[in-house]
Amino acid sequence: MKHKTFLWFILPSAVAMLLFIALPVVSVLLQSVFAPHEQVIREVEKCDVFGCKKSTTVDVEATAALSEGAPLGRFVGTAIYTDRNHLALSEIGAIWSSSKGPGDFLDQIFNLPFYGALAFTLTYTALVTPFAILLGFCIALAVNAIPRLLRGPAIFFSLLPMIVTPLVGALILFWMVDARGILGVALQSLAGDPDLSVKASTPLMWAMLIVYGVWSSCPFAFVVYYAGLQTVPQDTLESAMIDGATRWQRLRYVIIPHLLPLTTFLVLIKIMDNFRVFEPIVSFNGGAHAQSLSYFIYADLTATNKLLSSAAATSVLTILGVIVLLSPVIVRTRRSFARAAS
Amino acid sequence: MTMSIRGLALSALWGTTALAGAANADCGIAAGKVSIIGNDFPAVHTVADAAAACGTGTVGVKTNLTKDHEKLNAPGMTANPAEYSAAIISSSSLVTLMSAGLVRPLDDLIAAHGADIPRNQMVTIDGKVMAVAFMANAQHMFYRKDLLDAAGVAPPKTYEELLAAAGKVRDGGTASPFCSTYGVGWNLGQEFVNMYLGMGGAFFKPGTAEPAINNEKGVAALEMMKALSGYMNPDFLTFDSNAVTAEWEAGNCAIATLWGSRAGVLMDGKESAPGVAENTMAVATPSAGGSSFPATTLWWDGWSIATNVSDEDAAASFLAMKAGIAPSILTPDTMGQAVWMIEGYQPTPAAQGVAESIAGGAPSYPMEPYMGAMHMAADGNIADFLTGKEDAATALADIEAAYTAAAKEGGFLK
Repeated sequence: MKHKTFLWFILPSAVAMLLFIALPVVSVLLQSVFAPHEQVIREVEKCDVFGCKKSTTVDVEATAALSEGAPLGRFVGTAIYTDRNHLALSEIGAIWSSSKGPGDFLDQIFNLPFYGALAFTLTYTALVTPFAILLGFCIALAVNAIPRLLRGPAIFFSLLPMIVTPLVGALILFWMVDARGILGVALQSLAGDPDLSVKASTPLMWAMLIVYGVWSSCPFAFVVYYAGLQTVPQDTLESAMIDGATRWQRLRYVIIPHLLPLTTFLVLIKIMDNFRVFEPIVSFNGGAHAQSLSYFIYADLTATNKLLSSAAATSVLTILGVIVLLSPVIVRTRRSFARAAS
Repeated sequence: MTMSIRGLALSALWGTTALAGAANADCGIAAGKVSIIGNDFPAVHTVADAAAACGTGTVGVKTNLTKDHEKLNAPGMTANPAEYSAAIISSSSLVTLMSAGLVRPLDDLIAAHGADIPRNQMVTIDGKVMAVAFMANAQHMFYRKDLLDAAGVAPPKTYEELLAAAGKVRDGGTASPFCSTYGVGWNLGQEFVNMYLGMGGAFFKPGTAEPAINNEKGVAALEMMKALSGYMNPDFLTFDSNAVTAEWEAGNCAIATLWGSRAGVLMDGKESAPGVAENTMAVATPSAGGSSFPATTLWWDGWSIATNVSDEDAAASFLAMKAGIAPSILTPDTMGQAVWMIEGYQPTPAAQGVAESIAGGAPSYPMEPYMGAMHMAADGNIADFLTGKEDAATALADIEAAYTAAAKEGGFLK
């Protein structure tokens, strides 16, 4: 393709990426190093229908005078990033010098909101990504093996978890695992413990969120692998069969290598998706047991005292987290491309 | 007042902007545009409908009643001219709007058009009227007369008695006799606010934004909450008002603390199991820790007028909202929707819990501009204590630390 043609071809998506990805990231970065101006507080008397009492109020005029000419707020540098609700650097220092041992140190670290959320987010990403891809692959193999007549309905049912709105899908599971729901009661009788409640236990809540994550994201892997299976070269398969390759050997030495680029693609996409885990925690009302970075952003933005800078800092940390997680996969892919080119 | 994605989804279905109905009333408005934002429950609908009836050929009245009004009102009133000329608000959302300078003092408008608004409905801050209240709300106690009678206990007057009563009811076969909104997200923080203020605690050092909760009253409030949670459904950390309403109607609770605005639903028997609604009693919240007043906070709902609208639109909005809360809106149908603070209101049995809590001298919800940050810090750090991961003092220290970081960011603390 000529350079000029290529330029015109890529221009619309480049503009869209600039407008909808690059600019918002810059704006979030900017927001995260500025905080609201100092609020001038005054003591006043407040009277409502229930009586009068001393309270405080923001002196709107004095605060407006402070913010004159600086609409972005006051520059705080990395102060938001390092405060207790984010990276908590000074708190970690204090815990380091006061902790009674490695177990106590970790306990105290995970009690800090950012690290507690990071622990769940990383566990979720580390478990959901491989299991969802593996399950998707198995479903794709199974669907590919059944008679053509039944494939349509099989594909439809396999895709259902993806078609159902995440919120609705999570709510259905939430009700099913309720202490009086069908799965909840089944678990109780299996465990022989009538007081067992998935929603009340942190490990079970994590397990449920991860099961939901695998269930809702395996169809994507299935679709990608199913499409990939249609492109497996038939002559290679046939020659493998003539050479006496078993079904397992064909899978291991022909199909899986052929689908490897797709796996890289799936790992990239799924890591990005899973690191941003959010909806299930909200639909499961799981905030008491599991938090994620996205959940914090949501909480900051919906609170009565909105914390825009905090939400922005968490967003930047999320982006950094995704970059760190993706870098090994990207480096690997680049290397293999370089090898193929040389 | 709770925030949830489900609310968001529902409001997308139901909370669409509606144009005013056909019925016209003479509200004395010559011209102007009125646009009202507010919460989505029956009493607010009654007020908004009456205000919308002021619409004529020259006066346009729009309403947007949605569960997510608190997310929309500030952005919608920041623009100049503002999208919303009037906001139906509660105690805490007035603070947010006022701190940003988005609502105007009403003294001029009251002098010109509102001489007949009773003084006790006005919310006055630093001598300026900032809002006009029309109803009161509070979380208060509900109890099942039949279950308490069967267990041989009187309705508890203190939380200490409530624990004993719940124990006796449980012995009678009700597995989780106490129900309350302990769900994380907003509700759990509100429960702590109620219990801590109820024990006589104060959140801040007077006149400052410095937190002051890590004390023995804070510990006592948390210990009481933990003791109560022992009588709740094990899923209590997921319970919001809707969940508690459903539990109550299913007959699974003997005693509950829940919003007064839910009393009508609990007592109408439309969706309750047989025998539940007619035995449901609404009374004052119990006191706690030896205090003489109910351990709950009082909330009002009222309305304010936007700063960023023309004086003509502001006057039109004022007159429309005044018509919205005129004594004539009280009919036999609307009387039971709320504890109205409007002349001519006749309390119904459903209103008894809120009325008794007010009469008992419960405090109103704190109106410090940084209270929202404290509320959310409490909400996010109590679950670890209730699930046994840490002790009360650690939880309180965590709340103070989380609050301090948020208040520093907000510019309230240095």
